[in-house]
Amino acid sequence: MPVKMLDGNGAAVEAVRLVRPGVIAAYPITPQSSIAEHLADEVAGGRIKAEYIRVESEHSAMSVCLGAQLTGVRAVTATSSVGLALMHEVCGMTSGCRLPMVMHVVNRSLAAPWSLWCDHSDTMAERDSGWLQFYAGTVQDVLDLYLAGIRISEHPDVLTPSMICQDGFFLSHSMQKVDVPEDSAAFGFVGQYRRQNMYLDPEDPIFVNDLTPTDDYGEMRYQQMVGFRNAAAVAEEVFAEFQRRFGRRLETVRPYMLEDAEVAVVTMGSMSGTARYVVDQLRAQGIRAGALQIVMYRPFPAGAVARVLGQIPVIGVVDRSAGLGAVCPPTCTEVAAALRGKANEIRSFIGGLAGRDISNHSFERIFADLLAIRAGKRDTHCQWFDLRANPMDIRVLSGEEDAECIK
Amino acid sequence: MPERRGRPMDKQAGRKLLGPCAIIFAAAKTGSWRLERPETDAGRCVRCGICARYCPVGTITVHKEGAAPVEIDWRYCKGCGICVNECPKKCMELVPERGEG
Repeated sequence: MPVKMLDGNGAAVEAVRLVRPGVIAAYPITPQSSIAEHLADEVAGGRIKAEYIRVESEHSAMSVCLGAQLTGVRAVTATSSVGLALMHEVCGMTSGCRLPMVMHVVNRSLAAPWSLWCDHSDTMAERDSGWLQFYAGTVQDVLDLYLAGIRISEHPDVLTPSMICQDGFFLSHSMQKVDVPEDSAAFGFVGQYRRQNMYLDPEDPIFVNDLTPTDDYGEMRYQQMVGFRNAAAVAEEVFAEFQRRFGRRLETVRPYMLEDAEVAVVTMGSMSGTARYVVDQLRAQGIRAGALQIVMYRPFPAGAVARVLGQIPVIGVVDRSAGLGAVCPPTCTEVAAALRGKANEIRSFIGGLAGRDISNHSFERIFADLLAIRAGKRDTHCQWFDLRANPMDIRVLSGEEDAECIK
Repeated sequence: MPERRGRPMDKQAGRKLLGPCAIIFAAAKTGSWRLERPETDAGRCVRCGICARYCPVGTITVHKEGAAPVEIDWRYCKGCGICVNECPKKCMELVPERGEG
């Protein structure tokens, strides 16, 4: 299997090339831009034999892809942040019309405050848009989850689109060694696209997404729920076949040192490797720490989470989005729901917003909190674990600003 | 445009479809929405074709010969009245249908 040095966006482009799309429409946005650019290069160079349709916005990109995929081809787009927010309306069209599109999303904060850097607030805002969501932990994951996502989404019992999420810059712009499958092996795995369910054919026209009466709407949402319910089992099958073919293990959740753990952290995305590194260090000191990486966020693998976390006394869930106004932010909400009725002490942690590094020191601090709770202390938990000391006072007018300018 | 033979989606007969699409096409016949119909005074019509150009759903055919210059496809004419407004000779008018008038 050839090995290439690729950043996350490069792996995203390789993955798209391997599934042989018919139409590509992507609007560039930092940090996704190099996906849009390199896909155009691949089409211009004849390495991807697709129509590349230039669009003026992400709303149009998703609209073009929706229409294209309805005719019976794989349609490809990719986006980030406010681009995903602009797509929001059409994302619901794609999932509601049961089109199995698979899209790379390079995670970046939503505005305001305007930012270019990574957190999960963009895809968390889409968590109820009817798309499956997978979060890569490494550049290899970006490629592997895309190939697997195609199979899961296109499965006739699922027919639901997927977002393959990767952390902006931490993955999208960091070079890692990636096993890229041979073209024929990858295409043998994903197979030729088959149009299913409803599709557009001028010889046999239908009217898709007409005004749907109250009589039918709830039933159609129920159909989507069945797709999600089926996706959990289909994902397990597809991941198992992926491992047989390519030798790499994909999982909906990645448990690490959880069997006898007294404290554990739950993570998503690129922070997960750091969490495992800190677990190793704590284990070397005799501390029974563990970590769980959530890979598949939608459908949320509640059964697997309950199975591996159920017996762990103290659990900290790290969210890379703020979940403003919620009892706790999105990942913690799901973990707490998965563990309802059990006796675990669950704590929410919020940090790493807008690209703030979640380092080994971050996890050392989080584990110190969890260990204190394990020891019976109840007043030490610091939810916003990486804030500066004076968050309310970072812009203070001195009254001398004009003088500074005039000088 | 030539009429397509058969019924819409007849190639998919018997299949179950998930999600929103129309499988009964009664409502697609927009002529059923019509409350008023455009009528043409054939004596004053100069067969210029402007009504046909402005019709938003393309239901009007203007014949260069024959007794009836303006032919309207009543299956699809919604009675919007744009043809009446655009007629330069003011030889078209909307007349009520469905017995209200």
